Amino acid sequence: MSDTVIRVENLSKRFIISHEEREPYKSLRDVMVRKTKKWIGLNKQKPHLTHEEFWALKDLNFEIKQGDRVGIIGRNGAGKSTLLKILSRITEPTQGRITIDGRVASLLEVGTGFHPELTGRENIFLNGAILGMSRAEIRAKFDEIVAFAEVEKFLDTPVKRYSSGMYVRLAFAVAAHLEPEILIVDEVLAVGDAQFQKKCLGKMEDVSKNEGRTVLFVSHDLNAVHKLCSVGVLLNNGSIYYAGAINKVIESYVSHSKNISSNYVRIGTGEIQLIDIIFLNENGVELTELSTEQAVVVKMKCKANRSMKGVQFAVCFNNIHNSRITSLWTAFKGISFDVNEGIFSLIFTIDRLGLIPGDYQILSHINCGDILIEKIDNFKFITVSHAIFSIEYAVPTLSQGVYLENFHVTLE
Amino acid sequence: MKPNRTVIEAGRTEKNYWQDLWHFRELFYILSWRDVKVRYKQTVLGAAWAIIRPLLTTIIFTVVFSRVAKLPAPGSAPYAIMVFAGMLPWQFFASALSEASNSLIGNANLVSKVYFPRMIIPASSIFTSLVDFAISFLLLLCMMAFYQVMPDIKIMLLPVFILLALAAALGVGLYVTALNVKYRDVRYVIPFVVQLGLYLTPIGFSSSIVPEKWRLWYALNPMVGIVDGFRWCILNEPMNWTALAISTSVILLFLLIGIFYFRKTERGFADNI
Repeated sequence: MSDTVIRVENLSKRFIISHEEREPYKSLRDVMVRKTKKWIGLNKQKPHLTHEEFWALKDLNFEIKQGDRVGIIGRNGAGKSTLLKILSRITEPTQGRITIDGRVASLLEVGTGFHPELTGRENIFLNGAILGMSRAEIRAKFDEIVAFAEVEKFLDTPVKRYSSGMYVRLAFAVAAHLEPEILIVDEVLAVGDAQFQKKCLGKMEDVSKNEGRTVLFVSHDLNAVHKLCSVGVLLNNGSIYYAGAINKVIESYVSHSKNISSNYVRIGTGEIQLIDIIFLNENGVELTELSTEQAVVVKMKCKANRSMKGVQFAVCFNNIHNSRITSLWTAFKGISFDVNEGIFSLIFTIDRLGLIPGDYQILSHINCGDILIEKIDNFKFITVSHAIFSIEYAVPTLSQGVYLENFHVTLE
Repeated sequence: MKPNRTVIEAGRTEKNYWQDLWHFRELFYILSWRDVKVRYKQTVLGAAWAIIRPLLTTIIFTVVFSRVAKLPAPGSAPYAIMVFAGMLPWQFFASALSEASNSLIGNANLVSKVYFPRMIIPASSIFTSLVDFAISFLLLLCMMAFYQVMPDIKIMLLPVFILLALAAALGVGLYVTALNVKYRDVRYVIPFVVQLGLYLTPIGFSSSIVPEKWRLWYALNPMVGIVDGFRWCILNEPMNWTALAISTSVILLFLLIGIFYFRKTERGFADNI
């Protein structure tokens, strides 16, 4: 029992969503007007207040042992961030109890604890203090932090002139040297080059293996989670879907993602219906996960209730921020198909996938001229990862663009 | 029980709040230092602002209240010095209030990402105003040298009134800061209140011209006691002790309400900001 560092018991967090206000914040004026009206009896009708409860976390129970590297994964809105916020004491739980033995430090989002006007040196002290370090501690660790972050030359430059990579390096360096018993890392490694990402993963592994510290790691990058973590927790709609060895958790996440949105809505006249969209590699093997720059075959299986002429099909990809990244629309090739009643498949061949690593939502669209036959906005999810994870190759991230161009480069 | 054990439960933060506040004192120093540093960086006039503002207001007030309205000065000191001695604590209170009320919103990213007792943020922003106050105070000493006014020995008691001004700023500041997180139009009210207070507080005139029967009511404005105290210390003006007691009680009451309300709403800051 003694090596349990975090014990979570019956943890729940409720948010109250109020539908009355349209504005992002309440204004004192409105409240005063309403109160006065009520007071002088003018307000005959009651304000339309509808409160909706939303349980971001429901009855969570788990234990984390000392030295564990725990990957917390789950779709957006699964409750990962809320869990971390409660663990780092930013918000209070509504119910339940957490017992933590040891100091907790969160690796913050890029630049959260930084002031752009201050120099790198000053920001190390500022950020350290925000994370709960004393000045003496920071002074003792100062050289190590600077060396790890590789910012020696820019120590006396205001950080507003830093590149985003330098920013993250510095932020990570401060947090990693805090020597907390428990380090929380939330989705920050997305920025920074591959070499530094590797260094960070190495450092996290090092602090947990050699120094017996516990690391909680939240990321969408299943590759990184797999590399770093020993155990995992998969959250879904605020509850634990699966917890255990990291391989099992990732497997469960991938298969779970496949059939997660079985309750999608079909819009349109419905003469042709989508049955499934599957992804195959060049040898015809079905893929549960795609890789950037890989050759992919997209198979769109449909069923037509009657024969139709001039039908166009599209498979579209939205990223996790719900931005449309690309569409494979037959109209782009000037093609429309005449289909017969029955089941048929469309085969889209992609020589080289340009999607950067991340989770994507697959949408489908079938039309005949101006008539919408069928549209599904949330058919399924697919994860794109990066096949090559080595020092020479940088992993493309959102900060470099939403799409990876196919290019070659030579020196003349 | 292990040394570093933390228990997180609904409503639990109450219990170790003051202990945490002490634990995070270094953060208070460093945030104050950051605010001071950033304040004087990238401004053309820098620290000169702390001099120009009270100086210009003092000149205007002296001309308007002494030359135009011909109000009497009770002590022997020149009118300008009397005005400036009142302007000092008022300026401190006013700027502390405005700084504090925006401090949490300005640090919203910190509040929603890291845990620490939130009271540190408004408190450290008030500290910035204390630096301005120190600069203005040096100016007062220069003015007194210029007018050849000898300060009374009672000037040694001035820190008591500075503390009182600090308590007033902190009390009202905490309340307004918490209110501002919830209702964002509070920040538009503050400048108005500050402007009004400038005339409701005896700055351009001495509180001795207020009719005797109103004096105690007048002291309900907490700044009245502080301004009177400053003038009593520096210029040896007569002091109405009952009025001071009333002002002090109001300040302490505000401080209690401020702390209480701040603590009550603090839990929701990260969700509301």
